[in-house]
Amino acid sequence: MRSLLDLARRYWATISRPSRYFSLGFLVIGGFVAGVIFWGAFNTGMELTNTEAFCTGCHEMRDNVFVELRSTIHYTNRSGVRAVCPDCHVPHNWTDKVARKMQASKEVWGKVFGTIDTREKFLDHRLELARHEWARMKANNSLECRNCHGSDYMDLTRQSPRAADMHSRFLLTGERTCIDCHKGIAHRLPDMGTALRSP
Amino acid sequence: MRIIAALLVVAGLASAPVLAQSGTVDALRGRTPVADESRPPPLGNPENKDVRRERAYSMQPPTIPHKIDNYQVDLNVNACLGCHSRGRAPVTQAVAVSVSHYMDRDGNFLAEISPRRYFCEQCHVTQVDAKPLVGNAFLDVDEVLKRAPPPARTAAKPASHP
Ligand code: HEC
Ligand code: HEC
Ligand code: HEC
Ligand code: HEC
Ligand code: HEC
Ligand code: HEC
Repeated sequence: MRSLLDLARRYWATISRPSRYFSLGFLVIGGFVAGVIFWGAFNTGMELTNTEAFCTGCHEMRDNVFVELRSTIHYTNRSGVRAVCPDCHVPHNWTDKVARKMQASKEVWGKVFGTIDTREKFLDHRLELARHEWARMKANNSLECRNCHGSDYMDLTRQSPRAADMHSRFLLTGERTCIDCHKGIAHRLPDMGTALRSP
Repeated sequence: MRIIAALLVVAGLASAPVLAQSGTVDALRGRTPVADESRPPPLGNPENKDVRRERAYSMQPPTIPHKIDNYQVDLNVNACLGCHSRGRAPVTQAVAVSVSHYMDRDGNFLAEISPRRYFCEQCHVTQVDAKPLVGNAFLDVDEVLKRAPPPARTAAKPASHP
């Protein structure tokens, strides 16, 4: 009991004693403020890299996928609601987001070493890149699509019969997910092999 | 030479309004003089009712009863076949392309879709609910048969076939 009191007294002495230059209180508050600033900067950085302007800053993204997006429903439509690149490509979930950013660092590598600096090279790589995206969306049950389109809230009676039929047979039963059927919703598709071409 | 050309152009410009007034109306341009730019009506939305339409004659490529916005048909993919191919049709409940789509021009059957049938929109088109710009006096063959006088039962002998 005594030793505990002693301990407390010693700590109090440390806290109340001014440091050589600043009081500990100042240090704590200062630390807090610095933390806020750091966190804010981190967040702002995240926000900045989460814009279409950032993504299309690289010509690989601008001249290929972006120009293609512009004629699709997610760029221009009746109601003017848009999906931008990070809506479909970076999960809104915080932890997933950081994980994606870490993965994205390899893109900067690609830029520096010029792996896909021409349209031709991009097309050569396209199938591989698309496969990564399909695999990711398949694995997360098309999370990005569902951030905006909730299948629970789809009014099938307002959809075209073709859409309502496919959705009720395959989507609502959980048999398939959006990306199984809606590949190429935002960009031109790469060579799909014979899967979509022949009988 | 240049003067003649200029005169011709002027004559063309001058006669255009006259033509328009004299009732010569280009169905697509309306009464807009040749020298002016016409303001076409906005494009209609394709019908998307998913109800198959009647064909005007048996070999008519059926019109498309659904919208086809952004369906990619090129060297890489044929989105139409993603639903209409023999293998996909049972899943998508689309009408499988008929056997003629697998024939080359010599009538041989191919295993894959025939190259001459690859670009579907060459023959199959969507429809909009719009007033036709020009008249059309086409008669369905059934209608033609109905209107024709009934053939006399006894008169026709198979004389031409020995
Ligand atoms: C520094 C230039 C640059 C920027 C900025 C950039 N990208 Fe990329 N991106 C690339 C390159 C280069 C590749 C090809 C990478 C490779 O070869 O693996 C690529 C590939 C991709 C892929 C395919 C992913 C895969 O797993 O193969 C996606 C999706 C993508 N980028 C989306 C985005 C989005 C969304 C943004 C904005 C948040 C963005 N990019 C910003 C250069 C960039
Ligand atoms: C509506 C969702 C959506 C939006 C918005 C979108 N993408 Fe994609 N993106 C996809 C899908 C789905 C794929 C997978 C390939 C496919 O199906 O076309 C993909 C594939 C890619 C690829 C891999 C290469 C390829 O073409 O397959 C890149 C790179 C890419 N997107 C970048 C971007 C960039 C940059 C933007 C913004 C200008 C963007 N995307 C906007 C859905 C989207
Ligand atoms: C940022 C929100 C957002 C995201 C993310 C998003 N969409 Fe959309 N999507 C929309 C909006 C808004 C429309 C309707 C625009 C309109 O009709 O006015 C739409 C329309 C569509 C349509 C209708 C196309 C048509 O021709 O009528 C399809 C199909 C679709 N989205 C699929 C997807 C898929 C698949 C994904 C995931 C890869 C996705 N969307 C991601 C917002 C989004
Ligand atoms: C089994 C295949 C399949 C799955 C899975 C699927 N769709 Fe569809 N979807 C279709 C078809 C087929 C159409 C109608 C044709 C078209 O738009 O190209 C359609 C149409 C739509 C439309 C337009 C509706 C209309 O009335 O035109 C939207 C929006 C859409 N899908 C979103 C989604 C989203 C979001 C998911 C995932 C939650 C999803 N779909 C999953 C096949 C599917
Ligand atoms: C998502 C699946 C799907 C896609 C993709 C699709 N169709 Fe269809 N199509 C159907 C279905 C289902 C029907 C049956 C009627 C209906 O529901 O619209 C049909 C009907 C038709 C018909 C009418 C057949 C008849 O006998 O009357 C034609 C023609 C046609 N489609 C052509 C096309 C063309 C051309 C394309 C590509 C530009 C295409 N379709 C893409 C699903 C599809
Ligand atoms: C050169 C013209 C031409 C092209 C190209 C063409 N079609 Fe056809 N299609 C026809 C004609 C003519 C018919 C009706 C007679 C017949 O069935 O052969 C037809 C019939 C159809 C039918 C109805 C079949 C049935 O049994 O009722 C469908 C569905 C169809 N086509 C889809 C397609 C699709 C999908 C493509 C692209 C892969 C395509 N067509 C390309 C001319 C064409």
